[in-house]
Amino acid sequence: MPFSLLKYGFSKVHPSERHFQNLAELKSSYDVVIVGGGGHGLATAYYLAKQWGITNVAVLEKGYLAGGNTARNTAIIRSNYLTPEGVRFYDESIKLFQNLSNEFDYNILYSERGHLTLAHTDAAMRTSRWRAEVNKHLGVNSEVVYPDELAKLCPHLNLSQKVRYPIMGALHHPPGAIARHDAVAWGYARGASDRGVEIHTHTEVTGFNFENGRVIGVKTNRGDIRCGKVLQAVAGLSSEVSKLAGFKLPIKSIPLQACVSEPVKPFLDIIVVSGSLHVYVSQSSRGELVMGSASDPYPLYSTRSTLEFKEELMMHLLELFPFVGKLKLLRQWAGTADMTPDFSPVMGITPIQNYYIDAGWGTWGFKATPVCGTRMAETLATDKVPDLIKPFELERFYRFDQLGERGAASVGH
Amino acid sequence: MGDNFTMRLPKPKGLYLDRSKTITFVFAGKHYQGLQGDSIASALAANNERLLSRSFKYHRPRGILTMAGRDANTLVQVEDEPNVRADTYAITEGLEVFAQNVYGSLENDWGRFIEHIGRFLPVGFYYKAFYKPKGIWKYWDTIIRNFAGLGKVDVNATPYASDKAYRFCDVVVIGGGPAGLSAALQAANAGAEVILVDENQLLGGSLNYVRFNSNNSQTLLTREKLVNAVTNHPAINIYTNAMCTGWFADNWLAIMCEQRMLKLRSQVVVAATGSIEQPAIFRNNDLPGVMLGSAAQRLIYLYGVAPGKLAVVLTGNDDGYGVALDLIDSGIEVQAIVEMRTTPSHSSLAAAINAKNIRILQGYTVYEAIPGAGKRSITHAVIHQISSEGTVNENSHKIACDLICMSAGYTPAAQLLCHSGGQLKYDEADAILKVTQLPAHGQSVAAGSLNSVFEIDAVLADGKYAGWLAATNAGFPNNEPANVPHHVGAQGQNYPWPIFPHPKGRDFIDVDEDLQVKDIVNAVKDGYDDLELVKRYSTVVMGPSQGRQSALNNMRLVTKEANRSLNGITITTQRPPYSPEFIQHLVGKAFQPVKHTAIHYRHLECNAQMMSAGLWLRPAYYGNPENKDTCIEKENLAVRNNVGIVDVSTLGKLEIRGPDAAEFLNRMYTFAYAKQLIHRSRYVLMTDSTGVIIDDGVACRLGEHHFYVTATTGGVDGVYRNMLRWNTEWNLNLDIANVTAAYAAVNLAGPNSRDVLSCLTDDIELSAQQFSDMEVRTGHIAKIPARILRVGFVGELGYEIHVPANQGEALWDALMKTGEEFEIRPFGVEAQRLLRLEKGHIIVNQDTDGLTIPQETNMGWAIAQKKPFYMGKRAIDVMSARSLDRLLVGFTMPSDAPLPEECNLVVNNNEITGRVTSVAYSPTLKSIIGLAFVSPDQSEIGKQFNIKLSNSAIVKATVCPTPFYDPENKRQEM
Repeated sequence: MPFSLLKYGFSKVHPSERHFQNLAELKSSYDVVIVGGGGHGLATAYYLAKQWGITNVAVLEKGYLAGGNTARNTAIIRSNYLTPEGVRFYDESIKLFQNLSNEFDYNILYSERGHLTLAHTDAAMRTSRWRAEVNKHLGVNSEVVYPDELAKLCPHLNLSQKVRYPIMGALHHPPGAIARHDAVAWGYARGASDRGVEIHTHTEVTGFNFENGRVIGVKTNRGDIRCGKVLQAVAGLSSEVSKLAGFKLPIKSIPLQACVSEPVKPFLDIIVVSGSLHVYVSQSSRGELVMGSASDPYPLYSTRSTLEFKEELMMHLLELFPFVGKLKLLRQWAGTADMTPDFSPVMGITPIQNYYIDAGWGTWGFKATPVCGTRMAETLATDKVPDLIKPFELERFYRFDQLGERGAASVGH
Repeated sequence: MGDNFTMRLPKPKGLYLDRSKTITFVFAGKHYQGLQGDSIASALAANNERLLSRSFKYHRPRGILTMAGRDANTLVQVEDEPNVRADTYAITEGLEVFAQNVYGSLENDWGRFIEHIGRFLPVGFYYKAFYKPKGIWKYWDTIIRNFAGLGKVDVNATPYASDKAYRFCDVVVIGGGPAGLSAALQAANAGAEVILVDENQLLGGSLNYVRFNSNNSQTLLTREKLVNAVTNHPAINIYTNAMCTGWFADNWLAIMCEQRMLKLRSQVVVAATGSIEQPAIFRNNDLPGVMLGSAAQRLIYLYGVAPGKLAVVLTGNDDGYGVALDLIDSGIEVQAIVEMRTTPSHSSLAAAINAKNIRILQGYTVYEAIPGAGKRSITHAVIHQISSEGTVNENSHKIACDLICMSAGYTPAAQLLCHSGGQLKYDEADAILKVTQLPAHGQSVAAGSLNSVFEIDAVLADGKYAGWLAATNAGFPNNEPANVPHHVGAQGQNYPWPIFPHPKGRDFIDVDEDLQVKDIVNAVKDGYDDLELVKRYSTVVMGPSQGRQSALNNMRLVTKEANRSLNGITITTQRPPYSPEFIQHLVGKAFQPVKHTAIHYRHLECNAQMMSAGLWLRPAYYGNPENKDTCIEKENLAVRNNVGIVDVSTLGKLEIRGPDAAEFLNRMYTFAYAKQLIHRSRYVLMTDSTGVIIDDGVACRLGEHHFYVTATTGGVDGVYRNMLRWNTEWNLNLDIANVTAAYAAVNLAGPNSRDVLSCLTDDIELSAQQFSDMEVRTGHIAKIPARILRVGFVGELGYEIHVPANQGEALWDALMKTGEEFEIRPFGVEAQRLLRLEKGHIIVNQDTDGLTIPQETNMGWAIAQKKPFYMGKRAIDVMSARSLDRLLVGFTMPSDAPLPEECNLVVNNNEITGRVTSVAYSPTLKSIIGLAFVSPDQSEIGKQFNIKLSNSAIVKATVCPTPFYDPENKRQEM
């Protein structure tokens, strides 16, 4: 029994202070307004306060705290990307993640499970090797493995050759992990709130005020506020919010669905992804299989569920794990993925002075929460875009200077 | 074992039972007998066994709560099936049922120690500990993970047979209770084709087990009449034992029906899914012996089992009196009715109770249930007078009982409705969630208690009204039912605050997740004061029953703790499925199509090793796997020195016809086609709007307005989709057809190919002068109408012959037979890849990636600069104006160097500058050859660059010009 739980057992009254303050009123002015109270926005607020001493900050969230894609993702963390820029970026994220529980004093349940990207075609094997080679070159632990080793890494995986798409090998990424996604956001929210950042939920941004091409204020459903700088971090609605600010993003918003099974005793420790079969699956600490597939075939802002999504996904899942037929699906849901043409995010400055952006996170935003937060905080605080996120600037699309992560990002999560 | 059959009630109770058939089954290691029609739980109850499971977290004993498959208390393992709802799962002879998530035995589960340390496990305890000192979590993670999960999957199980079927109707009615039956009948009488879906084995819903009046004979008559009318109606299709699990956009419904998923499209949906009775909250409200009033009634009426011997009925509405009457009728002694309301009920049911001199304690609640041995049963109910909302005073009684029935109110079973856009809001006046919005997309209707209508006559009228409206909306005009009140309120149905926290806790809000009142209160105190946040922080409503028994009380509690008004509050998002679905049912007969070319079986006869190419199978090489390299080498040399034949039927093939065909190709592809001569072919290269190469092939001009275009095997579907999409915008005068599978094609290649072919045609002149490289002819080969292309992918004299697919095999046979004297050899994809590599031809997606533009692969020649437009032009123009970051070059290595693997990196001073995209040992050239991306300063012919092998060793490669083989292309021009 950990010592830290004793106080709960021995005190008559639940010993707790609110993790985040409940604020009645908006102030008239903030140094920084962050639009979007998801993981990224909260992380940026946290690092602004913690690393740069900027605490006159408001985080505005139109729904409940971290209730967008932060609440809907499947919580996979990895850095086995394809481009050196991507690998360096996500590797820094993993390093931050590994320390977060202790930094927050709040357990984010970071669980290093290992991550397998299965290959069923020689094209997929080539991509696996490409990723492995780039990863290893940059000091990230990834290796191509073959069926004999797969049998050890994932004992119940169907390695039969008598299936439609036999497994030829996989990219094995031992640092691959899952974490309690909500807890990451709550940890940042608590840390930010403790340092004086104001978090206003159920506060919707309806427009911006400008002066000489510079943003100077934010309009909300609770009144207008003045501000020094604005960060837009609204995954799922990026194009709509940037439209309010008056510029366009090369983003399509596409539903991404996921589902969980009923809880069963653990039989799957490693995270398994198959790009060819459009499956990713891990077993949570509650015993549920957490599963997802490729994003839907058409853009949409609705987060409705579809039957076809799970029919397709379950068919492929059953090929990988033929014994789960009598396991039952408990719940399905959807989020909205903001897809860029090159499958890389958009971070940094925008055509509007003092208006910064953090968008285009497609299906992989959760794993970037810490690194994006710290680097966007640095960007806002210093007005200089750090080298690490420079390759991800919006301007690259104006120059056709893309950062191709399609090979590592689609269905990678 | 308990007293055998002592709890069984005589007929007419037990609607589901066939009393002539006794069934023996095993539960938790002991044999029991039940009757045909019993569920696991009812058969056990008949044997006076109450303990069904242990709870998720504290391993507390649990028994029947809902008797309707709506809680986690009854989850058991049946053979290889985890998480079976024992209260609805029918027993069969010899069925083996196991307890799940227990350590030791169900009776003595040592996992219950967790309850004793429960006070050290506050809500969200795992967020609050286990991470100090740093690094310790991974050990705790393993320990906690071992306690996770409920049932077990059998990792040796195999998929079982299941399939899917499609159904269509005018009106689907979900729910075969009084409202649903009335609605179905009304709609069918109006002429609509109706499908009626019910999850139970018998139609009737609440008519089967609820006592609506003191004398229930009227209800039984109503049921008889309705069920008969519906069953005998020719326009009503009935599915019982059928669970509608999802209501998707455009009235697309998933229905799980035995081993099958029905996918149903209906014009109009009538939701008559009823409502779900809700528990009251008091100490030990989770133990065996405490159940919903409706659960007791289901046991009595459906299964003919007495739910206990000595009962206390806790009620906050009139239905509790009906429950008490049913208990009395079943020979159960009702010790008291504990009535939470302060004013006496004036219902006929209450009058009947009064007539029987049953004690009614007005303004009281059960405050605590006293557990029996091992908490496997209860012995007493401690009741207190209610002093104010949620609190009690010292006026108390202790009443002996082994059964507490709870009638505290209902919540609409609106999950399906909400899947499709329906909304619920709390109505504080009636203390109930009401449907405030119906699904937006299709004139749907809600009826019955789902619609907050509870009084039986009103329910029947509401169903009738719904049937009328549904049929009308589906296009079957009929007369509106006579003006009877059908939408009367839910006044008095719900007791507004049946939550009585106990200082000692164990007052469970959510039995699935073992959450007590204090857990919810403390979650709010911790700052998680939105319903969604409480849910995520505490896991309330996240269990197997998805909040059916907990959402309403949780919502009341959270709003109160957060000092917000309950009125108008909505519940957390409802998501499919309504009830958990077997993965196998969703799969059905897995549809994973495989495409065979017309020549497939000939390949197998030649001992081809097949490989996947998209949906197709293609020969990789011919021969045994142990001789793979030799086979490929022989195939390679046959093409170079003699004649080979490869099945290229999987190539994408598109017919583009119409006056604007050339203009269309000009826009879709980078090259120029307007002036292309008839009977000539020309390379096609497709880029996307960012200038990235996405496909290639050749375009053959067969006529002024007719092009026959090939695409890659994997790319053709995308190309075709792209073409359709763009032409929808451009509206050019042409027609596009994807004829990939309509044509079989082979490539006959090698210096002797002309000799072979000349034996088989008399209408095509084959001489180099008459039919030169890059030309196209139509004619006959072996009397088969054919399109013949002279193309040089493998770099030898060669003919690509396209024939109607049904004659592909005949073509192959003719070529093989004629080629016999030349020792013709079939070759596969592996040899083809090697041959093309020797010629330095790229394969799109292997030698290109998601960012490759034509200039990087030296394909600037394939871009018509002067065209005003082609897909990708703007991007390519912008990028052409600046220096390139990388170039695709040919390279060679000595034959004895270690063979790099494709995708090994090209490095320069530890910087990644590129990668190997193709590499192989060439038996013709007797050296290693390959293609690689390198930085421009590494790309000079003759320069060396470093390749980092998979084992990190560095090897040197030398840039050399391509083609490696026959650089002047003499051989293919022969």
